[in-house]
Amino acid sequence: MSSTLDQGAEMSLLHIQNLHLSMHSFEGDAHVLNGVELKIEKGQIWGLAGETGCGKSITGLSISRLVNTPPARYLDGQILFNGRDVLKLKESDMRQLRGREIGMIFQDPTTNLNPVLRVGEQIADVAYEIGRIAPEILGLTATARASQRKKAAQKLGVDMLERVGIANAAQRARDYPHQFSGGMRQRVLIAMALVGQPKLLIADEPTTALDVTLQAQVLKLLSELVSSSGTAVLMITHNLGAVAQICSHVAVMYAGHVVESGLTQEVLSHPQHPYTRALIAALPKPGIQRGTLSTLPGRVPNLIDPPPGCRFAPRCAQASHECTLAVPALVGKSDTHRIACVHVQPEVFA
Amino acid sequence: MNESQAWARAYYRLRQNWLSLVGLVLVVFLLVVALAGNQLAPYPEHISGSVDTAMRFQAPSSAHWMGTNEMGQDVLSLVLGGARISLFGGLAVVVLAAVVGTMVGAVAGYFGGWTDEVLMRLADLKLTLPGLILAMAVAAALGAGTMNMVLAISLSWWPGFARLVRGEVISKREEVYVLAARALGAGSVRIMWRHILPNILSPIIVKMSLDVGFAVLTVASLGFVGIGVKPPTPEWGLMLSTARGFLPDYWWTAIFPGLAIFLTVLSFNLLGDGLRDVLDPRSRR
Repeated sequence: MSSTLDQGAEMSLLHIQNLHLSMHSFEGDAHVLNGVELKIEKGQIWGLAGETGCGKSITGLSISRLVNTPPARYLDGQILFNGRDVLKLKESDMRQLRGREIGMIFQDPTTNLNPVLRVGEQIADVAYEIGRIAPEILGLTATARASQRKKAAQKLGVDMLERVGIANAAQRARDYPHQFSGGMRQRVLIAMALVGQPKLLIADEPTTALDVTLQAQVLKLLSELVSSSGTAVLMITHNLGAVAQICSHVAVMYAGHVVESGLTQEVLSHPQHPYTRALIAALPKPGIQRGTLSTLPGRVPNLIDPPPGCRFAPRCAQASHECTLAVPALVGKSDTHRIACVHVQPEVFA
Repeated sequence: MNESQAWARAYYRLRQNWLSLVGLVLVVFLLVVALAGNQLAPYPEHISGSVDTAMRFQAPSSAHWMGTNEMGQDVLSLVLGGARISLFGGLAVVVLAAVVGTMVGAVAGYFGGWTDEVLMRLADLKLTLPGLILAMAVAAALGAGTMNMVLAISLSWWPGFARLVRGEVISKREEVYVLAARALGAGSVRIMWRHILPNILSPIIVKMSLDVGFAVLTVASLGFVGIGVKPPTPEWGLMLSTARGFLPDYWWTAIFPGLAIFLTVLSFNLLGDGLRDVLDPRSRR
């Protein structure tokens, strides 16, 4: 804990520095994360965008240290949460962070709830566990007995269900997950993730499994809940529309590397990195002519034997010899807007 | 859906196969006999060992529905009295084996790695020995007695449960809700107890109900070879073993204990099949 105090006020809530991770497989070691850089401050809502397999989810799971090692191996870098490197924490300390300091929501609400436990019990379980570390969340003191804690946890569970908009919460808490619709289950998961009043919420594709109308509802609910409590969010998504809707900041990942990050406005309106541009160009718009949907030529590189230098170079129209020399660093164009591309830097600094 | 509806549905599924119902009725009947055998028996004093040498080898009649044995004891009374040892012996074996096997299998499956290797090789080692031979050896070493017999058989029974549970745990361990629970601070004990075990209870219960029949058979086998309960406590296997010398003339001394064993094994198997249909709808024909 002493290191927490040393760094004082300048400390970010979450600071991922140069994170490298390899994944062992039969074909060889895949270099899945190749120097991820990300800094999240209190109250910010970050979108982490990128295509399937670019390492977004692994980054999210790494923050809660839920990636199994082996097969994964952290080669370099650190993940500072409140100044403490979670990769070096003991498992018992890590457990105190999960749920209490870092909440998580996963993609598919149909598989995220245990089918044989009542919904209320599942939330109460989380609340009960958190009540051990932080009895004040249950409105109790540290001397409270287990039975009191259990009761308070159940009550808090129902309160949370109410807050996420489940009608008849006290009664619905006694239902099983299969009696809830997809959207309601996602609300339940949001309630579970926020029950400990975490400082950071990691939402891994929270709306991907929902239909479009529900997506908007769930995103709105999510942003309302976090803005009232000042919780920072890392929303992992491949939906730039969702990013535009609720995120204050966005980071775009490609093949294990953050290629561009900044304010949502900056990045989406004035994309600098060729990959971000291609990604935005590929968004389908309602007025689009049949067959004219733009796509990105080529395929995601093989991470076992990645291309030298910039991993996007083989698919990039602007690629030149310099691109293959080294992985470009993330460099600031403005205070907030940072891009990792050799072709963008000279313009800025010339 | 409330509790009563759930039970109603379970009963409906069980009813889909009338043989399961027969199994259920027979098992209930056997349990009643096991509990109240001494009260139901026409000659309860024979159960506790008294003999009536004047009445040796009476053929079945209205006074002795199943005849009498070489010591003039009423075979019906002995069969009823023997139900207790056989049934509770069989149930105790299965419960003990299921508890031990589930713990071993759950730990092996959840933690994997070396823990898994050591525990499962131990189970494999056990499976290389014929169960009955091991049980005989252990029972002989521990000495006669019901508890020792149960322990001896359980010792050869747990690996089946351990393997079943290990496989189930490995598949459930990878479920997203387990990851989600871990992400929100649940520890190993809570994940195992709250998230994994309730989800694998069905196959365990089904295996238990199917195994009771065979456990009863094993109890009888040990009795038959003379290891297990001490006379005069009536026990079906022991009765068969004694009666063997009086075949075929005094057939009733062997037929009725044999039929009792047969009926017990059959009814638990029928019930087990029915329970599988109720608890695991996917495996239904």
